[in-house]
Amino acid sequence: MTEARERPLRVVIVDDEAPARSRMRDVLADCAQQLPLTVEGEAESGRAALALLAQRKADVVLLDIRMPEMDGIEVAQHLQKLDDPPAVIFTTAYNAYAIRAFEVHAVDYLLKPIRASRLREALLRLSSAARPKPETLRELQPGPRAFLSAQERGRIHLIPIGDIIYLKAELKYVTARTAMREYLIEESLMRLEQEYAERFVRVHRNCLVAKDAIRGFERAAGAGGEGHWVVVLNACDEKFAVSRRQQHIVRELGR
Amino acid sequence: MASINQNAYSSALPNFRNLGILLRILLIVNVIAIGAAAVKGATLHGIWRELLDISAVVQPLLLLSVLALVALNDLLKRLPYSLGAVVVIALELGLTTLLHVFGRPLLGVEMASLERYWVLALIVTMTLLFYFDLRGRALSPALAEARLQALQARIRPHFLFNSINAVLSLIRQEPRRAERALEDMADLFRVLMADNRELTPLAREVELCREYLSLEELRLGDRLRVEWHIDKMPGDAFIPPLVLQPLLENAVYHGIEPRTAPGVISIDLYLAREQVHAVLRNPYQRDGNHHAGNKMALANIRERLQLHFDAEASLTTKVGDDAYQVHIIMPYVKAGK
Repeated sequence: MTEARERPLRVVIVDDEAPARSRMRDVLADCAQQLPLTVEGEAESGRAALALLAQRKADVVLLDIRMPEMDGIEVAQHLQKLDDPPAVIFTTAYNAYAIRAFEVHAVDYLLKPIRASRLREALLRLSSAARPKPETLRELQPGPRAFLSAQERGRIHLIPIGDIIYLKAELKYVTARTAMREYLIEESLMRLEQEYAERFVRVHRNCLVAKDAIRGFERAAGAGGEGHWVVVLNACDEKFAVSRRQQHIVRELGR
Repeated sequence: MASINQNAYSSALPNFRNLGILLRILLIVNVIAIGAAAVKGATLHGIWRELLDISAVVQPLLLLSVLALVALNDLLKRLPYSLGAVVVIALELGLTTLLHVFGRPLLGVEMASLERYWVLALIVTMTLLFYFDLRGRALSPALAEARLQALQARIRPHFLFNSINAVLSLIRQEPRRAERALEDMADLFRVLMADNRELTPLAREVELCREYLSLEELRLGDRLRVEWHIDKMPGDAFIPPLVLQPLLENAVYHGIEPRTAPGVISIDLYLAREQVHAVLRNPYQRDGNHHAGNKMALANIRERLQLHFDAEASLTTKVGDDAYQVHIIMPYVKAGK
């Protein structure tokens, strides 16, 4: 990252409000006189931003925090899955909570309306503050993420958390199963369990099941004649044994 | 303009034509009566009989007093407080005497000596006057601060800075639209920063809401759709200022901004049985974890409605599966009252 910049800086704008994007273009145009840059594209949502960045490379993303569907902090987390993730500068008109957290974690942000001089400074610097660590972003995230993401051949798939039937830990990965297919995601099952305690329940050591997806519990014959419970799911034929330690969920969620 | 010393509280008699005030009088006097019965009666049955005896005297007196106070309200309002209080006390003693003289033949109740009723009537009347004075004092700083409060709860910095940003985006390409937007903002902030203790015509509040919504439309474009149902609106009704606009701001913040798809905010204003109704609806998703701001605005509006109308106004909210509704009912107050 220390090499002298030969080509112009490639910038992507992400904001759900059209006037805010247009204003950002104007201010970037003002900066362009001193700092060679090109606007690679604009996106009006996190989803559109991820689709855009799968096609075009960018050096830096100017990312609005408050957006529908998925906030900027979550977008930044999914962006990390790209092969060569761009730097991120958050933008916000007002968000007392986020600003305090950004200060604490030394994460780069700009307050709207943004002055050309401040934007230029931030783009020239592109310091480590514009490359927050995944752990930092996780801490900044105010609630559970709306999506999990899986990287496949340079593309990032967003998996709505509501579509996931179960999460199963396997060797290095976690498998996320939806009604349509499976995804391999790089996350720890324990952290997912903490993040989505409301939505998922642990049935045994390496499996979380969506509470909504549970159809019921069945008694299955064990090897030594001793029976055990298995959980039966909607929209998916697989059944999972409920471990002895988790027997209490049969009572709590049964029927 | 506003008086110099806004914080000094000057005692005043309550508005005896307000339903809330009348309810308070009835409630307090009856509680005292029950208390007196409990002191005199030995058993539950005894207490009940005592209460019946007391009520035979107290209820007619209470009824007469309330009628007299409602009738004399405007006159009492014009008197200085101390004189007004004396008039009220004299009125109560007079009514007590009247009841004592005519009560025996008319109601057939065994009565104690007149002096005793005088003392009791005096104690109850002074207790009530003291209570209303105390209540006035307790609410008065709130009234003086209503302006400040309204302001603080009102300007959501989020809206201010996003709007400024939106106007900035217009200046180069569409200077005329930028001008209009700034004019809307100026109007909005003039009201936000005004002394908002006085009531304002409903039509003016609606105008303000339109200016506010046009600023939000600038920002949110097609995502925001507004439906007005105001053909039957009593535009001359006087309402506390900034009762509707903050609710619209909530509707935009919680109902429209979290959605990618367009959403409709609907506003119904109408008059029914001498009451002004305002019904606001917006889309709503149950996942939101940002209700603190909403509750604060609602509490603020409720408090101001109570300050102005006491029990005659109400604000209720209803959460449906995908819609949120606020319903405000206010008495129909016209100018000059």
